[in-house]
Amino acid sequence: MKWIAAATPLAALLLLLPSFAGDFYVNLASQIFIAAIFALSLNLLVGYGGMTSLGHASYLGVAAYLSALLTSRYGLGHGPAAIITITGTTAMAACFGIIALRATGLGFLMITLALSQVLWGLAYRMSAVTNGDNGMAGLTRPMPFGISLDSPASFYWFALVVTSIAFVMMAIFVSSSFGSSLKGVRDQPRRMAALGFNPWMIRWITFIYAGFWGGVSGLLYVYYNKYIHPTSLSTTSSAEALLGVIAGGSGTLGGPVVGAALVLLLKNYASAYIERWNMLLGLVFLFIVLVLPTGIVPGFTKLMTGLRRGSR
Amino acid sequence: MIPPTSNHALEVIDLKKAFGGLVVTQNVSLAIRPGERRLIIGPNGAGKTTLFNQISGDMRPNSGQIKLFGTDVTQFPPYRRAHLGLSRTYQIITLFSGDTLEHNVTLGLLGLQPSRWQMWRPLSYYRGLATEARRTLDAVGLLHLAAHPVSDIAYGEKRRVEFAMALAQKPRVLLLDEPLAGLSNTERSQVKSLIASIPRETTVVMIEHDMDTALDLAETVTLLNYGRVIVDGERDAVIADERTREVYLGA
Repeated sequence: MKWIAAATPLAALLLLLPSFAGDFYVNLASQIFIAAIFALSLNLLVGYGGMTSLGHASYLGVAAYLSALLTSRYGLGHGPAAIITITGTTAMAACFGIIALRATGLGFLMITLALSQVLWGLAYRMSAVTNGDNGMAGLTRPMPFGISLDSPASFYWFALVVTSIAFVMMAIFVSSSFGSSLKGVRDQPRRMAALGFNPWMIRWITFIYAGFWGGVSGLLYVYYNKYIHPTSLSTTSSAEALLGVIAGGSGTLGGPVVGAALVLLLKNYASAYIERWNMLLGLVFLFIVLVLPTGIVPGFTKLMTGLRRGSR
Repeated sequence: MIPPTSNHALEVIDLKKAFGGLVVTQNVSLAIRPGERRLIIGPNGAGKTTLFNQISGDMRPNSGQIKLFGTDVTQFPPYRRAHLGLSRTYQIITLFSGDTLEHNVTLGLLGLQPSRWQMWRPLSYYRGLATEARRTLDAVGLLHLAAHPVSDIAYGEKRRVEFAMALAQKPRVLLLDEPLAGLSNTERSQVKSLIASIPRETTVVMIEHDMDTALDLAETVTLLNYGRVIVDGERDAVIADERTREVYLGA
């Protein structure tokens, strides 16, 4: 039970973070959680399904806009709004999946990109609904069980709980026998079909599940920011998450979390010193891809086992 | 799904397939009885693997029919044919190279189980599958390598894993695409005895170039050339046929 020994201090650190860290760091950690759920859901497609999507921001963005519209414009409570938002986003994933999964590889990537561009364009142009480039401001956070989430610490704990559930749920998904089917379809789709698996259905179900968790991250995103702008639907937003997944280590559970944290830390710290922080982000990713081609988490795991073996 | 009964395990009726102007399967008809051992021979480019790909569903024919135990499967995707009892191996090794031998064979078993859709229990929960996978690996003499990843083992052993994956499914019709390709003499005789030990409930259709070994295993032989059936029938009759010598053996 080595992992319990490793997980206990980590869990304690995560739980107690707001008691010793300042608001800036607590908020940064909340943002990392949101980005981590988003990256984990993208990783279901990219890492475990071999479906490289460049349009995953669709689910984050649409969930955020749906929640914003339902609560501010239609005056719905956060509870029903959240249910409709997640149901709607998941249903959208089911439809997009039918379109995008007509292709694999590059074709799949292009279709996901095109679909997300359509949504981004709509968010910009349908200003009567979305407020266009001005974005939608003045949103509120929910109050689950009457607890206000307005302080950084309370939102942090809320995000921590949701992220933990998301992490565990996705971990169970990829290590289930369905997860084995999915990885098989990623590696040898033709063989899997000959063995009796339905590759299309396996990919589609995964696509929907990834859309569901993408929607959850979007909900948290809009709760945190209390504001939504078309940028969150942009290709940049999708590409940042994809870079995070690849840098952290696609097809691992820890990789997307580490990758998402890296992107946010770079954004927050580097932008304070260098105006062109995007350039720095690019350089860091270039470095990672060259030095640790499989990503940070698999790279370090390999390094550690190598060191352990060497010291024996 | 209980398919209609039929006198034939596998029937191919007037099958045609062309890639643009290149006709690769021309009016091919085959009728294979349950339990039969059929060898398909022919020079390179005769359309043997293309025929297999159409039978397994990887390719759709332009016209004609394929029947498995009387069920018309021509329009079925590959996975539905697998559930009707069809299994195949590949000429080019098609394994999950990062996974262990045991996992590879377990996937073969999982493909026919409803638990392949199970989303919360790990594969290791199904102890029966792992046990059966190890039993099959034992049957092909690879149990000692069960925990090794496929990428670590030798080519001849990979061929046997291919074989084990198909065999584990207890197929009613087994398509073997050059099971002896690239094997050493020792490995050839190992695989040969494995093929000979396949139970009679399984119908075996085999493509093979190594005539010395393959003819021993076959009861009936089909000779293909330029996508056509040239000779078809009992082994000795086909070997003795003038046209066989012309196309293949004499060359």
